[in-house]
Amino acid sequence: MSAAAHTDHGHHHKESFITKYIFSQDHKMIGKQFLITAIFMAVVAVILSVLFRIQLAWPGESNSVLSFFLGDTWAPEGILDRGMYLGLVTIHGTIMVFFVLTGGLSGTFSNLLIPLQCGARDMASGMLNMISYWLFLLSSILMLYSLFLETGPASAGWTVYPPLSVYEEAIPGSGAGMTMWLLSMTIFVASSLLGSLNYIVTVLNLRTKGMKMTRLPLTIWAFFVTAVLGVLSFPVLVSAVVLMLMDRTLGTSFYVNDTIIAGEVLEQSGGSPVLFEHLFWFLGHPEVYIVLLPALGLTSEIVSTNARKPIFGYRAMIGSILAIGFLSFIVWGHHMFISGMNPFLGGVFVFTTLLIAIPSAIKVFNYITTLWRGNIKYTPAMLFSIGLVSSFITGGVTGIILADSALDIAVHDTYFVVAHFHVVMGLSAIFGMFAGVYHWFPKMYGKMMNAKLGMVHFWLTLVSAYGVFFPMHFVGIGGAPRRYYDYSVYEGFDSNQFDMIMDLNVVISIFAIIGALAQAIFLFNFFYSTFKGQKAVQNPWKGNSLEWTTPVEHMHGNWPGEIPEVHRWPYDYSKPGAAEDYIPQTVPLAEGEEEH
Amino acid sequence: MGMKFVVLVVIVLAVIAIAQIMRVYELSSKIRGSREEDIDLRVNNINASLMMVFLIIFFGSFLWMWSTYGNGMLPEPASEVGVEIHWLFNVNWVIVIAIFFLTNGLLFVFAWKYSYHPDRKAHWFPHDNKLEMIWTVVPAAVLAVIIILGLMTWNQATGPASDDAVVVELYAKQFDWTVRYSGDDNKLGYADYKLVGSAEDKNSGDSYANPLGLVTDNSVRWRVLGLNNEISALDANIRKEANDSVAYSQANLNKMIAKVEKLERIRERVLDMTGMFGDSINSFAEDDFLTRELCMIVDQEYFFVLRSRDVLHSAYFPHFRAQMNCVPGQRTSLKIKPIFTTAEMRKKVDNPDFNYVLMCNKICGVSHSNMKMAVTVVETQEEFDSWKNGPLATNAINDSIVAPANIDTERMEWPEAAHHDEHGDDHHDDDENHEGEDHDDSHGH
Repeated sequence: MSAAAHTDHGHHHKESFITKYIFSQDHKMIGKQFLITAIFMAVVAVILSVLFRIQLAWPGESNSVLSFFLGDTWAPEGILDRGMYLGLVTIHGTIMVFFVLTGGLSGTFSNLLIPLQCGARDMASGMLNMISYWLFLLSSILMLYSLFLETGPASAGWTVYPPLSVYEEAIPGSGAGMTMWLLSMTIFVASSLLGSLNYIVTVLNLRTKGMKMTRLPLTIWAFFVTAVLGVLSFPVLVSAVVLMLMDRTLGTSFYVNDTIIAGEVLEQSGGSPVLFEHLFWFLGHPEVYIVLLPALGLTSEIVSTNARKPIFGYRAMIGSILAIGFLSFIVWGHHMFISGMNPFLGGVFVFTTLLIAIPSAIKVFNYITTLWRGNIKYTPAMLFSIGLVSSFITGGVTGIILADSALDIAVHDTYFVVAHFHVVMGLSAIFGMFAGVYHWFPKMYGKMMNAKLGMVHFWLTLVSAYGVFFPMHFVGIGGAPRRYYDYSVYEGFDSNQFDMIMDLNVVISIFAIIGALAQAIFLFNFFYSTFKGQKAVQNPWKGNSLEWTTPVEHMHGNWPGEIPEVHRWPYDYSKPGAAEDYIPQTVPLAEGEEEH
Repeated sequence: MGMKFVVLVVIVLAVIAIAQIMRVYELSSKIRGSREEDIDLRVNNINASLMMVFLIIFFGSFLWMWSTYGNGMLPEPASEVGVEIHWLFNVNWVIVIAIFFLTNGLLFVFAWKYSYHPDRKAHWFPHDNKLEMIWTVVPAAVLAVIIILGLMTWNQATGPASDDAVVVELYAKQFDWTVRYSGDDNKLGYADYKLVGSAEDKNSGDSYANPLGLVTDNSVRWRVLGLNNEISALDANIRKEANDSVAYSQANLNKMIAKVEKLERIRERVLDMTGMFGDSINSFAEDDFLTRELCMIVDQEYFFVLRSRDVLHSAYFPHFRAQMNCVPGQRTSLKIKPIFTTAEMRKKVDNPDFNYVLMCNKICGVSHSNMKMAVTVVETQEEFDSWKNGPLATNAINDSIVAPANIDTERMEWPEAAHHDEHGDDHHDDDENHEGEDHDDSHGH
């Protein structure tokens, strides 16, 4: 063993309980910490959504579930408080987008897989990585704590548009609740930045010998571009948040102009709420891809492994990830077509936004072609990956409608938008996350999850997810605005329409409740398997990438000996001339063998 | 509390029971020697078949919902631009639904057809430049069509209104709408948020209301009077404290003093507005009138100027397929040319109670979902006139109530007067420019 390799083994010191499980600097453990925290946050966010779905389906009716969770303060006699309804919607959105699908998804899988698949002993900085998790936990706790404030949580919608989010007198949630929201998000961004910088440095500097950028698994490419997007866009959110804090406390007027709140003429003058919209969506749109790309990366790996076939168009896939990453920075205005922005600028954003459909289409067709003449093994991870491709298509095509500014006039801020982004971003990302958990569970816990329960979980989730969001498109086309406590507004104007909206809302809510309950199967499977699951073997799915060459048992430093050298790309599945239907990356090219 | 405890116990017991069942399952699979990652062909085939079953149900339910609800959930568009948008919607739907069926269909059919068999080996097919070129170029071409058609409609919807468009203001605040018609001159009088409010002359008992903050020489004087009243009321309270007749907390006192100072600053800015506009400009507001309902004449174009008093709102007319945000401190605009009267629409939807509606579609507070206004479209000018002369419409500003002559319009004596004067001129210029821009905007069409 060479001296250089020996210094690498300096990592192998003995870990105490505290350094192994709590203040761990090991990337695998930090990944698990992110996952568990995100699962907890997801459970909270799902419960919040069930609560407001109950209100939407049976408006103003007393319901014991509401009083069970919200008590007399927020659901007197089982009837949901109007302010709390908006609070639930706001916190549901915030938790899902940031804490589950950003922190949870990137935090878990970038941490777990970047060192393992690049062939590194750990992240570039274990300390920063640890701080990143603890800041994430702190921000999660602050966000949850805001639910228990006397004046309620932030309730101006997850987009927190000013002036509503600036003045307590405009909505009670904009008092202490909003302060908490801003504080939590600032800490969250700090966490996200530390994580992202670490991911970028690790991918660029710590790849093992032979691991060229063009031999990286697509997961790593996706995580890498995601981290770059995060580093470039999250600071803009922080600046937006700081300016808002100043408007709230110091009387500056970045976002407010000539307003009268609760009968009082305010002096703040000269700012513009539209400025906040620009800053917010400059993060907000890349954020969609920060959520989506890791899920697509995980899926690329899982689809290829389980179809026993190389991912089709590897280089095109990398190209489309890069194209999506670049374009995501110049499309934010499509959230603002009717904000009062110059219509010409709107036209420019129509053009850039629709361009994103091209790399997205390439990805979809490549996934489908990967399945073509494959030999598909239906593990739960594979099922969820197919679910992801389906929801990515279904949600993507309605994006074509929304990107068209003229059509956006008719459906902006209706349930059509809600349905669109839940399908394309929410479902796709959460399906990707489930797929990732089922696939890499053996790597995380050294155990197998129960496959049959996983299959039941998938089919129930798929059906109820579409059951929720498919009818929702029609509610939106029918002119139902989002963030409405009820639709009694239509009662006096068009009773036909009111009836249709109500009928569909009941269907949606029933599916939502079924879907939420189905997640109990996953939770049970997850925690049961953690402790009692079947012991995993080293390479259960017969995968090619490097993480399947590490020992099953948790080990600080990942490989007991030297880090293996890489000789080929990770997608040599069913290669002609090979005995097995997979060739791990560590196997040297045979004489005369072409790489791919 | 008892209820919560019972629920908790039931959940815990259920989890334990399932865990025991799982244990039995695990043991039995251990005896059989099967592993979780092993592919059971029977189960694999079930999953593959379910892909097909799902596809059929998925497409079937889509077609069923399309035929039941479809675009028909909203009645046919009732405005000129709405018709264009509706047409574009249909064109896009054809493309979108075709892609939806094609790609989802291929996905699930392949998922079903190529399920695992141990005797088979997957086809080695890492890339194909020709295929990849096809699905880059074809989507790009389709998107080009979508973009061109979309931008044509967008330009039409947001382009300038015609010269004979009637100018109407929609004023939003938590949680209602006010309509201001521009009257016979078809010009909206200027408005400034600092003038919003009402004032009472204690000597004569006259009172004057200016809910939208319209600018006339008279309204400015009334506003100064109102501010004077507020300041002197606060002043009296502060004096009471000074005379020890009431004990306020220091915090309360500071608050009142700060408020007086603020009102004085606002008064200063209001005074800057006097004499700024000539008579001809100030007369724009005289014929403006306000209502709590919107009435339009069919086939007449309307140009709406949108304002908000407090937070973001959005004027959303679902039946006209029209929508635009109302931004505090900024004027946005929207044009609508209704093509069906309310009576015609009632026949079309076969519902005698149908009415057009204006809703708020940007979260604006606790009662957001209650913020609405009735909209009527009538056939003729005569119908409109009789509606206008009915009980709903009121003068936007009643300038026949003249402000009393003895209003104290002297500038306040500021403690740091010298300092203030130094920069006074610059400040004044800035203000003038600012106001000027504002007013240009309101007539931007």
